[in-house]
Amino acid sequence: MLDDIDRQIIQATQTGLPLTPQPYQTIAEPLGLTANEVMARLTAMQNDGIIRRIGAVPNHYKLGYRFNGMTVWNIPDEFIDELGQKVGQLDFVSHCYHRPRHPPEWLYNLFAMVHGKSQQAVDAQIQQIAELLGDYNLGCDVLYSSKILKKTGFQSSKKFKDCRPVTD
Amino acid sequence: MNELDKLIINTLQDGFPICDAPYRQVAEQLGLSEQELLNRLKALLDNGTLTRFGPLYNAEQMGGALTLAAVKAPKERYDEITDIINAFPEVAHNYARNHELNMWFVLATETPGQIQQTISAIEQQTGLTVYNMPKNKEYFVNLKLEA
Repeated sequence: MLDDIDRQIIQATQTGLPLTPQPYQTIAEPLGLTANEVMARLTAMQNDGIIRRIGAVPNHYKLGYRFNGMTVWNIPDEFIDELGQKVGQLDFVSHCYHRPRHPPEWLYNLFAMVHGKSQQAVDAQIQQIAELLGDYNLGCDVLYSSKILKKTGFQSSKKFKDCRPVTD
Repeated sequence: MNELDKLIINTLQDGFPICDAPYRQVAEQLGLSEQELLNRLKALLDNGTLTRFGPLYNAEQMGGALTLAAVKAPKERYDEITDIINAFPEVAHNYARNHELNMWFVLATETPGQIQQTISAIEQQTGLTVYNMPKNKEYFVNLKLEA
């Protein structure tokens, strides 16, 4: 469980890690902590999965990934875990989830996000997923984002504001 | 963005050390000075190539909740529906997509119960059905994209 000190550290790193030679010391000072304590707590939160990783998040478009597709697949429920793991392991899939169907309109239960620098690249990725799924693929579609209508952090929460959502 | 920037971006997507002087450690691996790495990193953040550098928190592990949801917004009401949905502070992302379900958004709330409350409020204000698609299972999440 997170305590108040963890929450203060989360708050202090919402906008990111300080760009100073000793960033953990920089976080620690205003909180009245030692750098060692901050490092120990960040390590613990990373081990507990509260921190997915410490690192850089690039803007897809700036790196040239202009084709970002949400591929959706209708997979028999009894095979979805096995196949979901396999699709998730493909190196070009950034997110892979099992989500509920909404029949009759929405029969897709496997979601995999793919990213490419060209339509051709993304088409090849989709083909590769389709081949992996084989006969278990009862139907699929690809939804491209035509416009970003909103993109912010978690504004609803003062405590957790700016934590990155894990879905794209 | 030059080759060195690409190397920095790719390296820093893999994780970052927790130690006294982590930038120096990474800089040494890359054959740079600490100051050079800090300067490049600042430039990549300032020009928007990187949207964030630091710990990536998992909202659900902190007691919060997330879901992906979609609506079928009629073309003639698309802007109005966008405004209604975007006005909810719980809406973290909202994307137009090329499908009959043509608006897809991520809800992020402090507690799981607030997800359903927000969906009900969106349905009431838009008059549309919200297709709620919370994850049943996560197979993989890796935000890494090669520069």
